[in-house]
Amino acid sequence: MIWRMGLLALLSYWRRHPGQAVTLVLGLALATALWTGVQAINAEARASYDRAADALEQTTRPSLVPSAGDRVALEDYVTLRRAGWQVSPVIEGNLSAGDTRYSLIGLEPLTAPAVPRGAGTGAEGLSAFFGPPGQLLAHPDTIAALAGDTDLPPRVASPDLAPGTLVGDIGVVAGMLGMGDALSSLTVLTGQPRDDAALAELTPDLHWQPPREGTDIGGLTRSFHLNLTAFGLLSFAVGLFIVHGAVGLAFEQRRGLFRTLRALGLTARVLALLLAAEMLLVAMLAAGVGIALGYVIAAALLPDVAATLRGLYGVPVAGAIALRPEWWLSGLAIALLGTGVATAQYVWQLARSRARATAIPRAWARASEGALRRQAVLAGAILLAAPLIGLLGSGLAAGFSLLGAFLLGAALALPPALAGLLALFERRAKTPLTEWLWADCRLQLPGLSLALMALLLAVAANIGVSTMVGSFRTTFTGWLDQRLAAELYLNLGEDARAAELRPLLDATAEAVLPISAVDADLAGAPGRLYGQPDHATFRDNWPLLAAGPEVWPRLSTGEGVLINEQLAYGADVAPGDTVTVDGTALPVLGIYSDYGNPRPQAIMGLEPFLTRLPDAPRHRFALRVPPETVPEVMAELQAAGIRPDQMTDQAALKQVSLQVFERTFAVTTALNILTLSVAALAILTSLLTLAALRLPQIAPVWAIGLTRARLGALELVRAGLLALFTVILALPVGLVLAWVLLAIVNVEAFGWRLPMHLFPADWAAICTLAVLAALVAAAWPARRIATRPPAELLRRFADER
Amino acid sequence: MLLVVEDVEKSWPGASGPVPVLRGVSLSLDAGETAALTGESGSGKSTLLTLIATLDRPDAGRILFGGTDITGLTDPEAAALRRNRIGLVFQQFNLIPSLSVAQNLSFHARLAGRHDPDWTDTLAERLGLSPHLTKYPEQLSGGQQQRVAIGRTLALRPDLVLADEPTGNLDEATGDAVLDLMLALTAETSAALLMVTHSTRLAARLGQRHHLHSGRLEA
Repeated sequence: MIWRMGLLALLSYWRRHPGQAVTLVLGLALATALWTGVQAINAEARASYDRAADALEQTTRPSLVPSAGDRVALEDYVTLRRAGWQVSPVIEGNLSAGDTRYSLIGLEPLTAPAVPRGAGTGAEGLSAFFGPPGQLLAHPDTIAALAGDTDLPPRVASPDLAPGTLVGDIGVVAGMLGMGDALSSLTVLTGQPRDDAALAELTPDLHWQPPREGTDIGGLTRSFHLNLTAFGLLSFAVGLFIVHGAVGLAFEQRRGLFRTLRALGLTARVLALLLAAEMLLVAMLAAGVGIALGYVIAAALLPDVAATLRGLYGVPVAGAIALRPEWWLSGLAIALLGTGVATAQYVWQLARSRARATAIPRAWARASEGALRRQAVLAGAILLAAPLIGLLGSGLAAGFSLLGAFLLGAALALPPALAGLLALFERRAKTPLTEWLWADCRLQLPGLSLALMALLLAVAANIGVSTMVGSFRTTFTGWLDQRLAAELYLNLGEDARAAELRPLLDATAEAVLPISAVDADLAGAPGRLYGQPDHATFRDNWPLLAAGPEVWPRLSTGEGVLINEQLAYGADVAPGDTVTVDGTALPVLGIYSDYGNPRPQAIMGLEPFLTRLPDAPRHRFALRVPPETVPEVMAELQAAGIRPDQMTDQAALKQVSLQVFERTFAVTTALNILTLSVAALAILTSLLTLAALRLPQIAPVWAIGLTRARLGALELVRAGLLALFTVILALPVGLVLAWVLLAIVNVEAFGWRLPMHLFPADWAAICTLAVLAALVAAAWPARRIATRPPAELLRRFADER
Repeated sequence: MLLVVEDVEKSWPGASGPVPVLRGVSLSLDAGETAALTGESGSGKSTLLTLIATLDRPDAGRILFGGTDITGLTDPEAAALRRNRIGLVFQQFNLIPSLSVAQNLSFHARLAGRHDPDWTDTLAERLGLSPHLTKYPEQLSGGQQQRVAIGRTLALRPDLVLADEPTGNLDEATGDAVLDLMLALTAETSAALLMVTHSTRLAARLGQRHHLHSGRLEA
């Protein structure tokens, strides 16, 4: 009975204060929603990568690929099988339907290491798969997208496959791609040992390719997900401030009730347990709402995210969110954790306090200067410790610890910094009203500080992440201009075909620049070695980050190599040092940026490259033509028999990249607005919950002779000023955050460092938006003051009788 | 006549219709005069004071201040009247918690644009507040806070001081001392004083005495 009555008494508070109950649940729900939404998107993307990697076991097994050209002759396959080699043939190509490109894979179901679910079993099933007309296995989303296409063989759903991929029997796919007897590669099956000598003897045109790194896609897209996760975490942190504030107020305002309950015989322990149970109920309710909202957010953002990942990294991602335990359970966990963190200190205090002490208001409502001083010292210590973590630690964990410490320190430093600023303005105030305005701001600070800290974090995150993304875009597009300086790129597939077409190319283009590349061991890691001709196209445009003297003449004469930033970072070398290329130490002439590529890379002059590697493929070219003639040149080349998929138009590629970035920005902007909205809600809820406490502070000024309208306007001004100061202080915090992301976290995660670009117009927009959000949040409480009936203000005097 | 209250009526909303609080109350007060308003709890003393202070409006009747009817003033006009000519002293002091004692003392006068630093210093000295000027209200005792509230009102040199049980929260000795000061200082500034009190002993020290019973003035 004691438990039931106690709980009823506690819950009755929420019945009398429904607004505060909504605040509490909404704050926690919004915090959970943003976190859950981001996690749902990440989980869906990861599931797509895993599907792409695992369904065919292609990435986890070695394969035999042509040393030159892009075709494996059927005879080579037959030779190997007759010699007892355990290999399975694979054909890969692309299929265009409408404006969408699909990846088409043909495999031999009897020898393939894995066949996706959906392929028929038994003689009848296999017969249907073989055809004619055969079957194509695809993700249900892909089948839906191709629903109207009657030219393709029948489609069968296979949830194992990534969206955008079609798998069929090798004979069916070869027919679709017009490849005749040619194959793309041979997958090496389990139990087949590597024997390069035997391979060279049996099929000299093929070489052993180790398994593709399964994390390639993950590595490439990690920066994107890092961005999203950081946003989710920051949004949750912002939401936690709301919860902390709302829980704190609920405890403060019920201290009288706690005292009464204690006086009626409830032990501190029972009271603490009841409060914990009550908060658990709140957390469960909020988690349910938050997870549902998170699903809605994820579903709304996923199309843009999927488009970004498909365009930027070529990774297909499903267009619908599945209810995966990994994200909704994480949402539930974080809601419980958030409430637990916010509640723990109060429950602990209650469990240990004496009955009378439960009614003494805590200091937070009138934080003393001493408390602010202690907070400033703590913030200073954390801010000093942050760079030490960066200096002493290493790896991503250190990078994120540095970020966490810095943001925590900055948030803790905000109230003391604001108090100092307000005191300064108060001292300089000339009129009694401005004097009161500043003094009253200072009085409100303890009650609003959590919301303002949330605003600081939200604005800093916005500035930091948008600066990072903006820097990435500026750098990446500039880098594309440098790397893709030629107007047209050709990959003719075979050296003989390339030699045959060369006279035509020479006659068509202003310059024909051969490009050759082979896999190579670079400083002990698998990488790619390129041969690059000595031409102004490269000399004038190549994105060098660091270079020794006479870099281009020395490169052309074979005195050294250029290496990409990833290799320089991984091998810890600089221009003037040496790097081993397939066992030979060569001087490093320069370092170039190579964004989006996780592997080491090196460049030699074309002539020394071909002297060293006479068998290297010679069927790729960069063509310099007047930009306006690109369509005509492409048409001319196509007429000469070069397929469209063998030509890449630089301008179109850049346009696609920019479109991808715009969509990426759409996601970032949406998350920016959501985070700021959560911060604005924090301000609104704080002001609403403080409204009852404000009356005693406002009523005397009204009685002395200020109108309610003016008091309401001043309330708005006060909130605007506090938000403005917070936003101004958030600007340097955001810039440091951007610098840490670009200079530390990116380098640790990907091996390249992006230069930081500054976007003052973006900052101004974010800051204006934040102040506007704060003003909108303050408008309702201000209006309530301006229109408050005099009777309510009078009650302030009468209540004290 | 500085203040004339004529047949004022006021009701508060109740569960079963309006509850009359004041029923045709009339009184008058001239500059420099003092008057006490006594009565049991709920008799309408504080309600009458809030009507005179333009914090609320009567349902019927008129209140003339300096010959002008103030019952129909707009919110800004009423605020200007309180700001410039009427001083209020409450039982709960109602100091502005964010301002120091010195700032509280001068606040009302500065708001009205009539701040006289010498007079404020004199008041602080006379009210025994000089050692406490840099403190904040929460750091003062009840008696000290009430003296700040009186000082804040008198620093304005208002025409009329309305005091609602200014000594109600103070012990007898402190209450007497506070009243002594208030009477002396209002006399020096020629302000009229209308004070609500429960105490017939304190009421006896003022020039006029009015007793409210069930919303009506008794002789």
